[in-house]
Amino acid sequence: MNRRLGKHLGLLCLLLAVGLLFACSRKEEDTPKKKGGYASIIIAGSTSVQPFAEKLAEIYMVKNPNTVVNVQGGGSTAGIRAAQSGIANIGTSSRNLHPEEKGLFEIPIAFDGIAVIVNPKNSINNLSTETLRAIYAGKILSWKELNGVDHRITTITREEGSGTRGAFEELVMEKLEIDPGCIVQDSNGAVRELVATDPYAIGYISLGLVNKQVKAVALDGVAPSLKAVKEKRYRFFRPFLFLTKKKPSGLTLHFICFVLSPEGQRILAKEGLIPASIIHGESDLCRQQTSKEEKN
Amino acid sequence: MSAADIKRREKLIQRIFLVIAFSSLFSLFLIALFIFVEGLPMIWKVGLKDFLLSTRWAPTKGHFGIFAMIVSSFWVTIGALLFGGPLGLMCSIFLVEFASSKVRAIIKPALELLAGIPSVVYGFLGVVYLVPLVRDYLGGPGLSLLTSCIILGIMILPTVISISVDSLVAVPDSYREAAFSLGATRWQTTHMVTVHAAKSGIITALVLGMGRAVGETMAVIMIAGNALKIPLSPLDPIRTLTSNIALEMGYASGLHRQALFATGIVLFFFVMALNLIATAFARRKRFK
Repeated sequence: MNRRLGKHLGLLCLLLAVGLLFACSRKEEDTPKKKGGYASIIIAGSTSVQPFAEKLAEIYMVKNPNTVVNVQGGGSTAGIRAAQSGIANIGTSSRNLHPEEKGLFEIPIAFDGIAVIVNPKNSINNLSTETLRAIYAGKILSWKELNGVDHRITTITREEGSGTRGAFEELVMEKLEIDPGCIVQDSNGAVRELVATDPYAIGYISLGLVNKQVKAVALDGVAPSLKAVKEKRYRFFRPFLFLTKKKPSGLTLHFICFVLSPEGQRILAKEGLIPASIIHGESDLCRQQTSKEEKN
Repeated sequence: MSAADIKRREKLIQRIFLVIAFSSLFSLFLIALFIFVEGLPMIWKVGLKDFLLSTRWAPTKGHFGIFAMIVSSFWVTIGALLFGGPLGLMCSIFLVEFASSKVRAIIKPALELLAGIPSVVYGFLGVVYLVPLVRDYLGGPGLSLLTSCIILGIMILPTVISISVDSLVAVPDSYREAAFSLGATRWQTTHMVTVHAAKSGIITALVLGMGRAVGETMAVIMIAGNALKIPLSPLDPIRTLTSNIALEMGYASGLHRQALFATGIVLFFFVMALNLIATAFARRKRFK
């Protein structure tokens, strides 16, 4: 009995070994050929930029079948680190760089508005920056102080390190800190869901993600819209940045230029972002690239 | 095959299994080592007192106090025990002492199913149904200590019930028979004799349930509100140690990341203490 078991085990091992060998040899046959032909770009960073970068990468890879564009998350801070250390070819950030993070090559690919949202049942339609700041600093606690209902405000913010929070702090809070009593949610979607169900809530999310479940309030009298951002009347927006360690070249530059090209920008606009060229003007980074391509 | 051969083979197999058994211990050791190596330098830098006893957590501005979260974790664990403990205990008493085998055959598998529901589902149900209920009828933002306690109370039920059922079943029938023969009713027997005899097992069940509650993350992130304040009422939002790690992990780097590992160290001691208490009670049973 025992011996038979041993035999079976031996046979099994042999089979496994042969299978493994087979698998290995097949791999060896296939990969080098392909690998030689493939080039890859690694993009890492902001989770806000990630879905847009993925979309761009997908289309870029269809047009350039020999290139693999690898998009990873990690957050804006991680994206900045990744670009500094060179782990990623392109780091992404959804907020402006802090002074100590400067030194990277920054390419704004688009802009994203930040909308302050309340429940549709809320009668408030307009807030001044000062009022908003006071709400988030925990100095205004009830809607009554804003001529609304006599109920405590449920203030919702994003988690520490989030690019959206970073941009909000920069644009609204200035030197003040967000009150630690604020409710913290870890995504745009979660903030929106909560505001949609809580009649006394206030939160902030990407402009592109505002829907009918929530009401975006006007800030300093300007209602948030793509048009208002483009006309520079609505000042609550943040850049989506591509960051490289040095001035981009080669394949990385080629991809960046695809993103900045009218086609790439159209894709971003369709997804609810504001094209970079509208605010920054035409970038001269790709001029050379285009002329080179024309020569070819 | 000679007798010596067989003996040698037995030895070999024994050794293989020993190594495999130790690999789980080894992974525990690695995890502990890793958390400590990553987290301790930060505690060293910030100071144990500022880390444990300050309530100001603003990692991007250089403040790393987790006291509010320690308090929150403590309250949420106690709260979960208040909801889940009595419920679980009564349920297990019913299952062992009162239920017919037919009823037991329905309830027991159902309870096991409860253990198999992913925590994100509990969180989702909490957000969609319980949070609005609490907000509308009790006040506050709904995302609160109370909501978390109720959901966690349900989540620890399987742990509490299965261990206390085991300890009640382990009470010899002779105890019950003796009580009956003295004229005690079933209820008198249960609360005077059986539960008493199974006491240490029941306490173990409750303590392990607490361990489950303190370690739960996903559901708590969704329903606790994650605010960074010491809760002053059950309707205030809270942030537990686990949700702090999970919330900020994706963005953290440098000292912030180390601070999250250091939060893990605190959690490690929390759970370790609970488990030690549980084993201490479980051992007492054996010597009785």
